[in-house]
Amino acid sequence: MPPDSETVAEQVFTALADPSRRAILATLASAGPATATDLAGRLPITRQAIAKHLVLLAEAGLVTAEPGERRRVRYRLQSAPMQVAQQFLAALARDWDSPLGALADHLGQGG
Amino acid sequence: MAFPDRIERTVQVAQPPQKVWAALTTAEGLSAWFGDEAAIDLRPGGSARMQWASGATVQMRVERVEEASVFGFTWQIYGLPEDDPRRTYVEFTLEPAGTGTRLTVVESGFAQLPPDAYRKAYDMNTQGWAGELGELAAYLDAA
Repeated sequence: MPPDSETVAEQVFTALADPSRRAILATLASAGPATATDLAGRLPITRQAIAKHLVLLAEAGLVTAEPGERRRVRYRLQSAPMQVAQQFLAALARDWDSPLGALADHLGQGG
Repeated sequence: MAFPDRIERTVQVAQPPQKVWAALTTAEGLSAWFGDEAAIDLRPGGSARMQWASGATVQMRVERVEEASVFGFTWQIYGLPEDDPRRTYVEFTLEPAGTGTRLTVVESGFAQLPPDAYRKAYDMNTQGWAGELGELAAYLDAA
């Protein structure tokens, strides 16, 4: 059974709350799929710590593991959970007060 | 549920519902307070569009038209990719209040589940992990 939006959003925000995981996700987003070793070469984080974070991120469905070169596991960012988190942020970012204020002003001007 | 699905605001305006209706449902009205430019085909299923000087545009689909009473449309969830099919539903309700109007706007659907594509991807992931994580562990042990 798929998780509900609340659960997915929580997993994304939990992942993003940690600076190391945020750096891993940001690197996967900007540079594409990478192995734990690739990530360790790009980030000031030990490979062991990266591997641990990747397991957590994979369990949450935020990255997927796929076969890479030389039998190494490569990780790919999953955009779907991020889009669920974006829905949450979209509700927070939706500003109706400004347009309604503009509407009241417009009507007040005899419109 | 903490996921914010619905936004609701009510404002009291001094003008009667007919005037408010014109501001909400005509290109001239919408471009005066909402978009910088607007176009609207006011009938259920009709399309509407607003554009801002910044270059941003939003496409809307008119869903409900009840003269001077209810105006509903759907539009894309802000921030999602262009091809994402999800839409939130915005409904304006106009009620006479004295000589003015009580205007309520409700936008809902932020918490809707993504379409099947996401479910499929998720199912695929959950099935694929066990094996892949085993490989990771083997790789780390060997390193």
